[in-house]
Amino acid sequence: MCGLCGVLGGPRHWADAAARPGVYTQHGDEFERRRERRARIAGLGAALRPVGLKVDDWQGTAYLLADRTGASVLVDDLAQLWAAADRLGTRPCDPLDPAWIEALESASLAGGDGRS
Amino acid sequence: MAGPEFTPVNLITGFLGAGKTTLLQRLLRQPALHDTAVLVNEFGQIGLDHVLLERIDATTVLLPSGCLCCTIQGELADALRSLHERRAQSRLPWFRRVVVETTGLADPFPLVATLHADPVLRHHFQLGQVLTVVDALFGAGQLDRHEPSVKQAAVADQLVVSKASLAGPQATAALVARLRGLNPQAPLHDAETDVMDAEALLCRGVFDAAGSPKAVQRSWPDERAPLDETGSGRYLGSRLPARHDPRVQAFSIVRAGPLDWTRFAIWLTLFVHRHGARLLRFKAILNVAGSATPVALHGVQHLVHAPVHLADWPDDERVSTLVFIVTGLDAATVERSLNACLR
Repeated sequence: MCGLCGVLGGPRHWADAAARPGVYTQHGDEFERRRERRARIAGLGAALRPVGLKVDDWQGTAYLLADRTGASVLVDDLAQLWAAADRLGTRPCDPLDPAWIEALESASLAGGDGRS
Repeated sequence: MAGPEFTPVNLITGFLGAGKTTLLQRLLRQPALHDTAVLVNEFGQIGLDHVLLERIDATTVLLPSGCLCCTIQGELADALRSLHERRAQSRLPWFRRVVVETTGLADPFPLVATLHADPVLRHHFQLGQVLTVVDALFGAGQLDRHEPSVKQAAVADQLVVSKASLAGPQATAALVARLRGLNPQAPLHDAETDVMDAEALLCRGVFDAAGSPKAVQRSWPDERAPLDETGSGRYLGSRLPARHDPRVQAFSIVRAGPLDWTRFAIWLTLFVHRHGARLLRFKAILNVAGSATPVALHGVQHLVHAPVHLADWPDDERVSTLVFIVTGLDAATVERSLNACLR
């Protein structure tokens, strides 16, 4: 908590909704936020699949990241998620790795990336 | 509960002797900066720059312990907290912005990180404009030999070339070409001949300044290549020609059609996580699906600032433009990766 203004918690991750003046908020509406959450889980699933990981929503507030052996970890936001993926994955998740790019391109062409 | 508005913290940086204090002194004389708190950081045992500023008052703070980037980030945080507390308690004249003059040796990135890392500061302050002063006489040599000077130029929102008349038109043009290579998107000013408008340089948001066609399109003598291929200079301009410095590359990605924010956020968070150390600067004006107005986003290395809505599009073209200034990353691969994630 900020001792000076009494704001609880740290500022949200930039990719999440943030109710501050002038700050972009994707969805203030609860229903839309849930829909976006599902889309994010699907997108993350596609990004993590090439390194042997999967992700699920955890009560709308966190992400449950797991490897193929069942080892799992809870993370709060996308910044924590990628750091956890480095520890759990079969290799670092690198968006500039040609194999990672090809995997996403193939999944998209096959319609198999779980996009909602 | 909506929090209070952020106070922008502007940085004036540049290598030793580039003319930072002279520029700041000139800017502070203008009425637009009357409500500005100033932090001066000096490297040396006896601080002089704050005396040279001729502005000794409660909103001018000297940070004397050494170079801001490596030894006294705590002192910067303390000074900003103190300013904030005293302003909140009306013990200081109200200030709307902070200007930090860094030492010439300062690597700007840790300063930016301080604003994000401190649990109090990040609620009340955010990075404003980064003005980098480059000496036309010695700037080229400093860029060759001193890594911090390259970072200072690459991270700048505005570049100011000083001492052009001493260096002569040929040397100045050569330096300008190098600066364009390092940071093609930042407006470039001549400290000797241009009006150093404090309002334009330090009182506007990063994207307001980038959207100033006049500043962006300023042409320099003997400059061979325009800033962008269309010369439009609106907001982030259009696709930048890729130019190469041995250490720094600048490139842009332009995408037509609305962009899926969810997918984009996944890609950018991963990109910044994996390659943030190589990302000197990043700016984007995005056409986000479902948003009538453009969404602006910028960041430095691993730090991405909260995205904001801009008031309107500058014209009828609704394209997303992303500008990257990087070290050692391949532009084509970055674009292919983004496209793969957004498909």
